[in-house]
Amino acid sequence: MIGYVLRRLGSLIVSLIVASLVIFMVVEVAPGDPAAFMLGMNAQPDTLAALRAELGLNVSKPERYLNWVSGMVQGDFGTSYTYRTPVAGMIADRMWISLPLAVYALVLSTLIAFPAGIYAASRRGAAGDIAVMGATQLGVAVPNFWFAMIMVLVFAINLGWFSAGGFPGWDKGVWGGIKALTLPAIALALPQAAILARVMRSSLLDMLGEDFIRTARAKGLSGREVLWKHALRNALIPVLTIIGLQFSFLLAGGIIIEQVFYLPGLGRLVFQAITQRDLIVVESVVMLLVFAVIVVNFVVDLTYAMVDPRLRVRT
Amino acid sequence: MSRHWPNRSLMIGAALVLVFISGGMVSLLWTPYAIDGVDIPNKMLMPSAAHWLGTDHLGRDILSMIMVGAQTSIAVAVLAVGIGMGVGIPLGLWAAARAGGWLDEVIMRGNDLVFAFPSLVIAILITAVFGPGAVNAIIAIGIFNIPVFARLTRGAALSLWRRDFVLAARVSGKSGLRISAEHILPNITSLLIVQGTIQFSLGILAEAGLSYVGLGAQPPIPSWGRMLAESQTLVSLAPQLALIPGLAIVLTVLGLNLMGDGLRDMLDPRIRAER
Amino acid sequence: MSQMSRLLSASAIAVCAGLGMAGAQTAITVAIQLEPPNLDPTGGAAEAIDSVVYSNIFEGLTRFTADGSVVPGLAASWEISEDGLVYTFKLHDGVTFHDGSTFDAGDVKFSLDRARAADSTNAQKPLFAQIADVTVADPMTVQVTLSQPNGSLLFNLAWGDAVIVAPETAAANATNPVGTGAFTFVNWVQGDRIELARNPAYWGTPAVLETATFRFISDPTAAFAAVMAEDVDVFSGFPAPENLPQFAADPRFQVIVGSTEGETILAMNNKLPPFDNVLVREAVSHAVDRQAIIDGAMFGYGTPIGTHFAPHNPAYVDLTAGSAYDPDRARTLLAEAGFPDGFTTTLKLPPPSYARRGGEIIAAQLRDVGIETEVSNVEWAQWLEQVFGAKDFGLTIVSHTEPMDINIYANPEYYFQYDNPDFQALMTELTATTDDAARTALMQKAQTIIAENYVNGYLFQLAALTVAKAGVQGLWPDAPVAAIDLTAVSWAK
Repeated sequence: MIGYVLRRLGSLIVSLIVASLVIFMVVEVAPGDPAAFMLGMNAQPDTLAALRAELGLNVSKPERYLNWVSGMVQGDFGTSYTYRTPVAGMIADRMWISLPLAVYALVLSTLIAFPAGIYAASRRGAAGDIAVMGATQLGVAVPNFWFAMIMVLVFAINLGWFSAGGFPGWDKGVWGGIKALTLPAIALALPQAAILARVMRSSLLDMLGEDFIRTARAKGLSGREVLWKHALRNALIPVLTIIGLQFSFLLAGGIIIEQVFYLPGLGRLVFQAITQRDLIVVESVVMLLVFAVIVVNFVVDLTYAMVDPRLRVRT
Repeated sequence: MSRHWPNRSLMIGAALVLVFISGGMVSLLWTPYAIDGVDIPNKMLMPSAAHWLGTDHLGRDILSMIMVGAQTSIAVAVLAVGIGMGVGIPLGLWAAARAGGWLDEVIMRGNDLVFAFPSLVIAILITAVFGPGAVNAIIAIGIFNIPVFARLTRGAALSLWRRDFVLAARVSGKSGLRISAEHILPNITSLLIVQGTIQFSLGILAEAGLSYVGLGAQPPIPSWGRMLAESQTLVSLAPQLALIPGLAIVLTVLGLNLMGDGLRDMLDPRIRAER
Repeated sequence: MSQMSRLLSASAIAVCAGLGMAGAQTAITVAIQLEPPNLDPTGGAAEAIDSVVYSNIFEGLTRFTADGSVVPGLAASWEISEDGLVYTFKLHDGVTFHDGSTFDAGDVKFSLDRARAADSTNAQKPLFAQIADVTVADPMTVQVTLSQPNGSLLFNLAWGDAVIVAPETAAANATNPVGTGAFTFVNWVQGDRIELARNPAYWGTPAVLETATFRFISDPTAAFAAVMAEDVDVFSGFPAPENLPQFAADPRFQVIVGSTEGETILAMNNKLPPFDNVLVREAVSHAVDRQAIIDGAMFGYGTPIGTHFAPHNPAYVDLTAGSAYDPDRARTLLAEAGFPDGFTTTLKLPPPSYARRGGEIIAAQLRDVGIETEVSNVEWAQWLEQVFGAKDFGLTIVSHTEPMDINIYANPEYYFQYDNPDFQALMTELTATTDDAARTALMQKAQTIIAENYVNGYLFQLAALTVAKAGVQGLWPDAPVAAIDLTAVSWAK
């Protein structure tokens, strides 16, 4: 087990280094001079040069890369070109929106998917199953930004139950914050719930076909007992993996949703930084997201290996 | 499980997909109106005999734009899947042939790395850096298809490598390359086709997403995602402008997913559902 | 501002916002499209900076009022010497900066010297080019000596780039602006909002509102949703003109349509063949139907222009007839110029919808006379690099929002590369002229020259579109400068 952990840790570090190189190189290739963007149309060449020096844009690329990486390791993500404030602070602020949003969407997705998937598996082949499967098919096919738009039209503009977007700030009350995140969370959760429900259903169906289930049935356990006591627990393993993966997707995947609901989260930060050529912010945030995903995968893998020792051997 | 279900899935799915594919193909030769036919006095008309799906905010015929948009979505998605398969399948076969070795490790870690990147952010980054447009969208989406096919191929191939007929081939001295091509690949084709349709539908959604934020196919080439974006502020004036492209996306993706499900159930019902 | 006082102000704002919701209207939420990258108007070119801080937080010696005229600001009065080279400004007494320090002539000298210094990052350094020296005569009097007469000095000093800052706080203005205005800066939640509070120690008429919050909503759909759901009280520069009739018909809202200083033009690269041929440029001008663009891209909001000048300006000359929509004439001209079958060129479009939608319409109109365009939608950063910097374009659409900026046509290095020595001489003469009647005559001549030379395709003047709740009063209908002056804004009882 220790060997497995160490091996995985090793490849985690290698992954992070490679990721940082790739991110840095892609971002640096991006055309567009941040100084010109900030000073606009009438800037003089000497003003541009002064600003570029101020932003540290005139050192060599390898030097900038090393500065960036060594800074990140110490928790310093650099200073934003556009806002001239520390990137770490900006990320921290946005985390307070993207993280709860991802968690909220995950909770909603699970709350919808679990009952739906279990129900469909238990009514396999019957009308209930077909209905759920049909609904999930639809859920996966609908683009979440379109769904978001329709929800805003119906629930915010026509019914007025929710605000059309924006975020009042946690300091103005937890309930207000949750309300502001509700429509975005639903929009994000829907396709994930559809996927999760299908995984739940198929995983459960797989379990129900296994030998130990037949044994349990042969012993005389009722269908429901079989389902809940035996099948479900084992079926949860692949489902939990998906949830882990979905979490990292939700964290990063909300870019478009954040744009539609004008939420000041990580996704929109990256988007704005790209259009403003704020290279430091783009590099740092993307690196952070990649880091989060790699770490979540690592944890999921470890948990999986702990639960199922067969997986520690490389398949 | 009802034996009728998979066939119905496949049929409905195929029918839906066929509608859009044929629309796209017909548009290569002819569309009811020119797609850049700006006609301000006739903007935002409801569907009528002259314009079956109405006109948009610049007076262009929506049916024509949907047809050419189908071309765009399908072309981008197909080529992206092509990249994924073209690069991913050989990688997966190779990794399985060298299972346990450093090459396998490198390929798997590379896979994990690409999986780790938040795909939408990177796709936006790539198209923003290298310029928006259909070609870069294809590359951006295609890159993220590669690990999907690599992982799938490797997993399936590994289980086949242990089978008798493959062991026999090895004993007889065939190279890993020949075994992969002659024995492994044909046996995983159905799996790959099913995954291909799924990735195809994901590709359509990805293209719609990129176009929605303006990074997909550029004007004057119509794109469903961009039509949606342009329609949003007009939705209270002319809701059909938002509904029609949205429905086009939903129906195409739905059709592809149904096809994938149907194919999976038909071709090899014992294959476990992919994660 | 210390952490503690900031916390107290924030709580005060929260309470006021709560009260605001309950009906006591002393707070306002104003939404604009773009978020300022920082809050120092003397250090950055972004319009959005001025939108938030101009006249609210910072003030200059002079300032613009709602109708675009220049009135005294921190300078109570001034005298101009006979030769037009020495301006003596008498400053207001009893003015303090938001941090409590006194405002005096030393601050004016500091601000002007800082702006015109060799290493200054001021985006509008040319505004100060003629200033040779700034001297402090006494704490309430400043003398500005010019190297040559400049008829627009007072006008230039009203710009946001010329506001007065304090030496102690200037460096930190980007994130913590300290000015002399009627509002103080409270808080900036990046990406979301900026909060201001009334300055109780303001030297002039205090603001009516107690708090003001700026929010940033760039997406046109989100903008529509925010206003409809009554999340914001005012949207200045509403990006989706198609929604305005709906707001106008709704008793909860008012729609204010005014003018801006934004000349929207179809710029042509005058040094790139075939645009170096005046016949080709004339052909392009006749191929374009302005009204179709105004109707299609701006849903009818906008005033056609025939030259690079604002129609609401008294010196404006209506030259639209010279470039009227005439596709046949366009084709004839193209044939005359040697392009009977037309040609192909690039059309680069920045993000705003007047450019994107307008561009699609223009592409179709140009195709109609044989000119094929390769359309590229670019972000502002790329536009600045490719079009503005590298001049790598054939055609582009952009709106020039600085007031009285016809002098850009005197700069042969400016992105559309118009090089006419006669025009350059004219502009030099204009700068030196101080007599109003003479200035008007020169400006009219300038407009005529660039129209007859068909330097660019002059499309329309951008309209100022504001949507607000019905009870808001005191908003500027026009935008003579990119500012949202809240000093006189209040809620009707």
